[in-house]
Amino acid sequence: MDAIQNLGVWGSILIAVLLSAIPIVFILLYALVTLYMEMKVAAHMQDRVAYMRTGWHGVLQPFADILKLLQKEDIISRQADRALFILSPYVVFIGTYAGFAAIPFSSIYIGSNINLGAFFIVAASSLVVIGILMGGWASNNKWSIFGAMRSAAQMISYEIPTALAILVAVMITGSLNLQDVTRFQEGGIQNWLLFGGPLPLMQKILIIPFTLITFLILFIASLAEVNRTPFDLPEAESELVQGFNTEYSGMRFAMFYLAEYANMFLVSGVAVALFLGGWSSPFGSFLSGPIWGIFWFIGKGMALVFLQIWIRWTLPRLRVDQLMYTSWKVLTPFLFVCIIAVGLILVL
Amino acid sequence: MSAARIYFGNIYSALLTVAVGMKITFKHLFTPSVTIQYPEVKLKMPERARNRLYVNIDDCIGCDQCAMACPVDCISIDTIKSTPDQDLGATSTGHKKRLHVPKFDIDIAKCCYCGLCVYPCPTECIVMTDVYEFSEFDRHDLIYHFSVMTPGEIELAKAKLKKSEEEAAAKKAAAAAAAKAVPAAGTAPVPQIKSDGGSPPQPPTPSTPT
Repeated sequence: MDAIQNLGVWGSILIAVLLSAIPIVFILLYALVTLYMEMKVAAHMQDRVAYMRTGWHGVLQPFADILKLLQKEDIISRQADRALFILSPYVVFIGTYAGFAAIPFSSIYIGSNINLGAFFIVAASSLVVIGILMGGWASNNKWSIFGAMRSAAQMISYEIPTALAILVAVMITGSLNLQDVTRFQEGGIQNWLLFGGPLPLMQKILIIPFTLITFLILFIASLAEVNRTPFDLPEAESELVQGFNTEYSGMRFAMFYLAEYANMFLVSGVAVALFLGGWSSPFGSFLSGPIWGIFWFIGKGMALVFLQIWIRWTLPRLRVDQLMYTSWKVLTPFLFVCIIAVGLILVL
Repeated sequence: MSAARIYFGNIYSALLTVAVGMKITFKHLFTPSVTIQYPEVKLKMPERARNRLYVNIDDCIGCDQCAMACPVDCISIDTIKSTPDQDLGATSTGHKKRLHVPKFDIDIAKCCYCGLCVYPCPTECIVMTDVYEFSEFDRHDLIYHFSVMTPGEIELAKAKLKKSEEEAAAKKAAAAAAAKAVPAAGTAPVPQIKSDGGSPPQPPTPSTPT
């Protein structure tokens, strides 16, 4: 901190910009890896191989995809609302990227050590809803507006289970700061909030069923936040072409796509930080340390991303009324029960 | 069934189906894939696969049965009759060839691979092979020419045919002219044996019919 202050205003701004650029480098690299992983995992689950010709077993395919998107013509339909159309991919991406500021990648690196970390993430990812509505409306296309409205309804209704699940974790640890929550879970796999956290044995045994249910609900709600199957009605590929994405081509579509993958990692990162011990090693002190922390965090995040991909290629899509039913009538009541139960167990 | 039972029953069955489904896809993640890397690896065609046509032109007797059997009219055959003094040889099945085949074209782009042309062939010279990789850059390269007669041979055969036809026509004309002379003489006279002993019968003198 003193070193930064000695550099003066421009120096500290430069340092701040460099530090905040780390997540975007990470997002870009991670998007390439996840693109490759998604297509390969999807292919092998369907008993086929994916790309085999671009590079060894298709490793260069993500680059080819990105190059293709870059060199496409940028089409904006004449009746489209130009300003909103151009702005909406950036709003979506900014909403997602802002959430990366509060995720603890390691004990030494967190974009911004806000005391309201989890709350800030939930709030910032609501920007995504606005961006999608803008995109759908500005496209001047019936299918886009259907997709956008469905997406808005879905994301808003699944923010409630997300927030309530985060509330359970926060209740146990007593802080919204994700770095504190992660430190609370240090010391090995038995200290993860998934298994009740570092509480006395009696409380731990009572609390474990509720934290398990809460983690499951958080995972399901985060699938809905990201618009992934089985909740991918907004981009129901066989129904709405690409939903709100339909009119976007080339680099703008790449922006939406990148934002979707970034969002996948964001919600996985939040679930990992809250319930799976963040950057702490599951073996306690073995293989732990600042650099190992990055490895653990990204590893656990990728495991959850793999889980999301696995579910995508297993389940069919939910209808929009089933989607709403699940959120309001199943997830939220279960979470209320969990909150009351966890609260009672902690107090008594 | 109470509403609570239905509600919890639904949740339980939903979770169970998700778990079962995920187990299946996970298992399939490790089964070997069924894709083959064409064109390095090719699937073997069945024994009686109906792919590209092949004509053994040495066995073709020019009977036109295959062209008539084709439902899309993709076979076009021209034939030239051979004169009796030409010997075209025999096919491998023992049929004697009597027709030259200067043109035997199959438009393989039109061919529907039904195999109806194979059966009527008396010498089994048109067959369906298992070749399926025969795309061309130009559509006209897809008209296969199976005849091996050179233009010189074709001219020769046509000339020979024309000559023999002309000779036959000339002969016919002469025979017709000769036949025309016969009815003008009325009834044919019976040759009478004269008593002067052995003088040759006189040709009948033309006389007007009564």
